[in-house]
Amino acid sequence: MDRPVYSEAGSAKGLSLLPAPPAHPPLVEGQHPSHGLASLFSSWRRGTFQRGVHPAPHKGTLDQPIKRMPFPRKLVLPLAQHIGKPSVPLVAVGEEVARGQLIARADGALSAPIHAPADGVIEAITPRPNTRGAWTDAIVLRVYEASTQEVRCGEPLDLDALDHTQLIAAIQQIGMVGLGGAAFPSHAKLNVPADKQVHTLIVNGCECEPYLTCDYKLMREWPAELLAGIRIALRASGATRAIIGVEDNKLDAMAAIRPHLSADGSITLQAVATKYPQGAEKMLIKSLLGLDVPNGGLPSQLGLVVHNVGTLALLGRLLPRGQGLIERVVTLAGPGIKKPGDYWIPFGTTLRSILDWAGDPDCKEREVILGGPMMGQAASTLDIPVSKGTSGILVFDKRMLEPITKQSWACIHCSECVNACPMGLNPSQLGMLSAKLEFDEMAEHYHLGDCFECGCCSYVCPSHIPLVQQFRAAKAFLRERKPT
Amino acid sequence: MQLRASPHLHSGRDVPTIMRHVVYALLPVCAFSIWQYGLSSLALIVTVTLSCLFAERLSNKLSGTVNTLSDWSATITGVLLALTLPPAFPLWMGAVAGLTAVWLGKSLFGGLGHNPFNPALVGRAFVQAAFPTAITTWAPAFAPQRFTEFIPSSLTLPLMQPNDISAWVAANMVDGFTGATPLARWKFEQFVYPVEDMITGAASASTGETSALLLVVCGLYLIARKFMDWRIPVAVVGSALLLALAFRLFGGDEYPPVHLVLLSGGLMLGALFMATDMATSPVSPRAVWAYGAIIGTVTILIRYFGGLTEGVMYAILFGNALAPLLDKYLQPKVFGAHKK
Ligand code: SF4
Ligand code: SF4
Repeated sequence: MDRPVYSEAGSAKGLSLLPAPPAHPPLVEGQHPSHGLASLFSSWRRGTFQRGVHPAPHKGTLDQPIKRMPFPRKLVLPLAQHIGKPSVPLVAVGEEVARGQLIARADGALSAPIHAPADGVIEAITPRPNTRGAWTDAIVLRVYEASTQEVRCGEPLDLDALDHTQLIAAIQQIGMVGLGGAAFPSHAKLNVPADKQVHTLIVNGCECEPYLTCDYKLMREWPAELLAGIRIALRASGATRAIIGVEDNKLDAMAAIRPHLSADGSITLQAVATKYPQGAEKMLIKSLLGLDVPNGGLPSQLGLVVHNVGTLALLGRLLPRGQGLIERVVTLAGPGIKKPGDYWIPFGTTLRSILDWAGDPDCKEREVILGGPMMGQAASTLDIPVSKGTSGILVFDKRMLEPITKQSWACIHCSECVNACPMGLNPSQLGMLSAKLEFDEMAEHYHLGDCFECGCCSYVCPSHIPLVQQFRAAKAFLRERKPT
Repeated sequence: MQLRASPHLHSGRDVPTIMRHVVYALLPVCAFSIWQYGLSSLALIVTVTLSCLFAERLSNKLSGTVNTLSDWSATITGVLLALTLPPAFPLWMGAVAGLTAVWLGKSLFGGLGHNPFNPALVGRAFVQAAFPTAITTWAPAFAPQRFTEFIPSSLTLPLMQPNDISAWVAANMVDGFTGATPLARWKFEQFVYPVEDMITGAASASTGETSALLLVVCGLYLIARKFMDWRIPVAVVGSALLLALAFRLFGGDEYPPVHLVLLSGGLMLGALFMATDMATSPVSPRAVWAYGAIIGTVTILIRYFGGLTEGVMYAILFGNALAPLLDKYLQPKVFGAHKK
């Protein structure tokens, strides 16, 4: 491993090639923070993956701290906020609950409990739109106007006294799931099967999606919690070292983390190239370690487990206190938002109440996106609540949507999509096959299954062909058809 | 509320932008040829381009599709085609070339993106077969009267044989003009053209291929703006260069010197602006390199062992024909594909 590594132990070896980042370097958008020959050299040495794209960052509120949004009057908590079995409600309609109180338990090993994000009374348990817009069972909570931001539930845990099984159980009990977007229950990911071994924990601090800044700000404001979370994750997974991968445009975040690294060098900080989709698991592993996760395989095959910085920061904050996961940092951005920034938003807050408070009422024909602009979903209704996997809420207006939808052309074989696809696929060919509905051919000979829907191909296509959109449809078709 | 599937962002590039920049890059080449050949060159470029635009619009009307003039691809076809024709080419024949380029080369297959062959080269191949004399009649550059009078053959009446230009050439005698291209002069009289003449445009050649230097500069602009795939010209010129060097070194003096091969016969124009036509070149990286190398190699083979002194055109058409196959068999390497 001869890439630049920031750590107290490794600094003598790798760091000398890099200009030492100042404590608080000014971060101006569009301007590369480092300069000179040394940085040229280091950026050449900086870990990266092949292809990918460079969308404009649009990270507008980097200088502001994370703020709080006032509680809405009503919270809608879908029972299925995570991958796995939906939670089982423990409260009845009309019952009073306190902020942080357990209101739904996990159903089995691959599930997570839900805690009340605010003081209030249970108004209903009834189907409501979930994050994907589908109607599923949800707990509706009417928030008391006097509800405080203070969390009184939960008992501090002595983590050192817990054995491995108890630690995994404790992580499940606080309702921790992956906050990067997938919402996979964290305890399940950290609970490595006995026949497998994980040696390295990869901490994903890339946040390669444009507009999103929530992970960046958490790294900057909560480095101690992040490191505490990493140490918990190391214990839970059995890994011996952790590597924090951060895109090299986030020098502030790196500077904040560096003083908290362990002296023994087991936790290191490594800069990777700023490029989309650097935050994709496979790409980050390639950038940090130079390893290819076999296609169709998982990082655990290489002895790796990947966690998002946001997840670990909250884990490090909540687990020692024994408090449940009830809110998260969400980026509000885009031309249709009047108060852009990053906010602590309690789960269950609907898009409507967020936009009533922060949105621009004059923004007509808007598109509301949950997550980042490259992979996020457009919301079909404003009744969708913020849930554990919601990293951002972006409001785009008509002007931003028109140029792409107005006109399209036939594929001109410009090869831009091929040169952008991080998976090394041939989106041009896949697109032509999908236009002919030859889905089987796509899967058998053109590796449709390896496409992880990053959207680079559609982003670059000068013919405005909805490539990844077609691939998604093709995959859905093949899935539906397959007898389960 | 608008609903779209991700990604919700786009790079902002579209087909007309790319095509428009190719046209921009060709403008200096056109200007240089007008400076060299005067009115005849100007009229030829305008005529061929207009005929291409006319053909495209008529195709739109007949097939009931949207107006595709705005994507600029017909303009590129026209300008490129004009630049491959001899400056003294009769204008009516130029118009025929333009119509066939668009109709036979593009519209027949369904328009931009569906055409297997570079339309400009289809047009050029057609007139090469139809008007073999006119396409090999070269006029001298820098004739004194070039801005006030046409080369007589330009104004030939439609459907007539080209007017004889020997009297005009004699009257406008430019030093050393022989009416043969550098490659032809090598082939028939072993004459080595000086490098300077081939760069400054004094050698007889087609309208747009006289100055290799200018072509390279214009190509570099497109490469820098990422409107052109640099691998193709590198592969074409590189393979031609290597092969020409090898022949010269091991085959001896019967083979032409390397600069003649590189700087003449439209190699630069072909490598930079024809072989790089997106619609007819492959997309996957290894296929792109193979495609370029094949064009470079075939060009040399045609020139040395075929009946034609030039040969870039057929080499590119050959490469175009192979492009889909190359793409099929040289797929990009999939990430993580080497399974244990
Ligand atoms: S969406 Fe799929 S095909 Fe398109 S660039 Fe990403 S991985 Fe490649
Ligand atoms: S980017 Fe679009 S136009 Fe270009 S090769 Fe890919 S699909 Fe075709």
